[in-house]
Amino acid sequence: MSVIYVLLAISIVVAVGFFIAFILAVKSGQYDDNYTPSVRMLFEDELIKEKSNKSILTKKD
Amino acid sequence: MEYKTCFHCGLDATSANISYDDKPFCCNGCKTVYEIFSANNLTCYYDLQKAPGATPKEVVGKYIFLENNKIVEQLLEFNNDDIQIVNLYIPHIHCSSCIWILENLNKLNNSVNASIVNFGKKTVRVTYNSQKTTLKELVILLSSIGYEPYITLEDYSVGKKKTERSLIYKLGVAGFAFGNVMFLSFPEYFEVGEFWLEKYKHLFRWLMFIYSLPVVFYSAQDYFISAFKGLRSKILNIDVPIALGAAVLFIRSSAEIILDIGSGFFDSLTGLIFFLLVGKFFQQKTYTFLSFERDYKSYFPIGITKITDEDKEESIQVYDIKKGDRLLIRNEELIPVDCILIKGNAHIDYSFVTGESKTITKQSGDKLFAGGKQINGTIEVDVLKSVEQSYLTQLWSNDVFKKDKESSYTTLTNSISKNFTIAILLIAFIATGYWFLIDSSKAINVFTAVLIIACPCAIALSAPFTFGNILRILGKKKFYLKNAGVIEQLAKIDTIIFDKTGTITSNKEASINYDGEAFSSLEESLLKSTLRGSNHPLSRSLYQLLKDQDIITLNDYQEHTGKGIEAQYKEEYIKVGAASFVGQSEETTTLNTTVHVSTNNIYKGKFTFYNAYRKGLSQLFNVLKKDYDLAILSGDNEGEKDNLTKLLPPKTKLLFNQKPEDKLEYIEYHQSEGANVLMIGDGLNDAGALAQSNVGIAISENVNVFSPACDAILDASKFNELSNYLKISKSAIKIIKWSFVLSFIYNIIGLYFAVTGQLAPVVAAILMPLSSISIVIFTTICTNIISRKLR
Repeated sequence: MSVIYVLLAISIVVAVGFFIAFILAVKSGQYDDNYTPSVRMLFEDELIKEKSNKSILTKKD
Repeated sequence: MEYKTCFHCGLDATSANISYDDKPFCCNGCKTVYEIFSANNLTCYYDLQKAPGATPKEVVGKYIFLENNKIVEQLLEFNNDDIQIVNLYIPHIHCSSCIWILENLNKLNNSVNASIVNFGKKTVRVTYNSQKTTLKELVILLSSIGYEPYITLEDYSVGKKKTERSLIYKLGVAGFAFGNVMFLSFPEYFEVGEFWLEKYKHLFRWLMFIYSLPVVFYSAQDYFISAFKGLRSKILNIDVPIALGAAVLFIRSSAEIILDIGSGFFDSLTGLIFFLLVGKFFQQKTYTFLSFERDYKSYFPIGITKITDEDKEESIQVYDIKKGDRLLIRNEELIPVDCILIKGNAHIDYSFVTGESKTITKQSGDKLFAGGKQINGTIEVDVLKSVEQSYLTQLWSNDVFKKDKESSYTTLTNSISKNFTIAILLIAFIATGYWFLIDSSKAINVFTAVLIIACPCAIALSAPFTFGNILRILGKKKFYLKNAGVIEQLAKIDTIIFDKTGTITSNKEASINYDGEAFSSLEESLLKSTLRGSNHPLSRSLYQLLKDQDIITLNDYQEHTGKGIEAQYKEEYIKVGAASFVGQSEETTTLNTTVHVSTNNIYKGKFTFYNAYRKGLSQLFNVLKKDYDLAILSGDNEGEKDNLTKLLPPKTKLLFNQKPEDKLEYIEYHQSEGANVLMIGDGLNDAGALAQSNVGIAISENVNVFSPACDAILDASKFNELSNYLKISKSAIKIIKWSFVLSFIYNIIGLYFAVTGQLAPVVAAILMPLSSISIVIFTTICTNIISRKLR
């Protein structure tokens, strides 16, 4: 039954790990602005499109 | 002609006839922005959102003050050898296109390293290489693409603000500990005397103890501090029984595990603190894009151009302006101090101050008050008073602005808590005394059990969840409250005082009355054509309100600043303007704005401008008069008195010619007579009254632009809903009272267990979350039901 010590240790390590991750996330300002990132992540398509536009232009040249 | 809208800003582009790349534009400014974007491969801007832009404004010379290093230094967030970071507030940020273009700033200026938009706060944080570019160039670039930053005196005086995140940390710690403690305490709930449980329960208990330490000493510290402060000032606030309960929980639980007599109440302890913090967090709804703390500083400029004795221009800080200085005020610039006009045509827009949107024309030698915006060209002025001593800004030296409004009121929860605490302590002592006689070993047990179970978790949660939910509902209806406390104050209001201009009148519309001889059709079209050429605001609004006429080409046209205009068409000669200009002696002195007209030197008549009142005004007043005392305080003259008496219920008090200080004193007087005053205003001249009143509501046509410091901001389109909002706040109080009743029932059940000495940890662990959650559900359902009546 001493396996329970191991299990307890694992559970605490996992819990504390997530807790630290949470603290770090708050500290880095993730919770300060909870709208802009949701829009920002949609922009990646636009950036690619822009690059492809450029390549088409150079081909024409 | 086909109706076209501007590809850049969405305004009407039918008449402008400007096109580029087969796309219509309303003006050259918009076209230029499009050209900049298309040259830099940034036309995605228009794909994300249709017509997202704003017409760039003329900024020549406006940002010269950014050459002054002392000013720039104050605006920067970070300043190293070659890296500078600045956080700029840009009111135009409103859609995903805005985010996209601003975060791609480096495509327009390659010395920009990074730009990050905070949409909620409408700010952009730009990191740039200060060797290659300057803040001034950056600001001009932003302005040129229609994103003009708003740099005010407020940015100057405030230091680097730190974001407040301690509540999130506390909530995180409590939630973390609560989950883990629940997990560890679960095996012991069923008291099955199993072998392995007996073996490990000590370890489990000590782990729970360790988890609860940060909850008690970190997460719950605000409750202890508040309770201590309350006791010191002899007030039994709601935090006193909470702190007492939490302390007793912790001490008894620790004692139990140390003496090995039980498993303690760590689950209830951490759960209690967690739920309380959730309530606090829920109530803390903030509108990041609004500011309730603004004073004159948030819209006064930082720098201004001074003309030195050697006739050179020099930009100086506004605080450095001294009496006797000669200043240069450019088009669209704000006058920061009281001064005398020396040179130029002054058309001053005082809408920030009074709410009146019509501009005022001033002659050289006239006195100009701080707070006005120059509209037409450049003027030169001589300073009469420094910034803090000016007529308008003086208001802020009043003590009202130093008072903390919130702390001066007792909340409903705290007033209940006083009796509650006394009752609980009485019950605890009586029960302990009883058990002392019967079974003294149980006495301490019962005493602590009463304090634990009576811990007013449900009571403490009723108000935050009710108010938090109402706050969100009203926010959706465009009534933005500063905090939850405002709802309680709103419910107590018995007197409502309105400002006139801009509050009950609408800025957008005006009505006109013509008084005099009728015009012939030729004269009418001549008048319309004459007005067409003038840029004076009165001519513009008169032009808008007159019937459509054929536009004729005038043979002669002359505008005399401050007097009027004259024009000639064939044999017809017309004069429009002030009475003296038209040749009418000013015997008919009216208090309203008038425009006089004469044709061929014969006086025809006058147009009188009246304020247009907001829709539903008299209905609103008729509804409100049943429950409230109503009054109107106006800074204007009595010109509208007859109109208002007709429109409003007869009991309404009307006071005119009120200075900002008069309004403040009027409210103070009524409060001293026991009235709870709601002030509704809009301009800076109401700022004192808004601060003095129990609740100050600022009306705003555009909530993003400007409103003085207040407790709530109401979108002007929802003005006629005011009575419903007041009703909602009263219903909210009723809901809270009912949830108090509900939580008392829980307390009585819990107290039964406690007094009879059978409070097992599992009972507490069930009762505490059950009461809290049912209160949350009850208040949420009720608030949603009452708000369904709102449109």
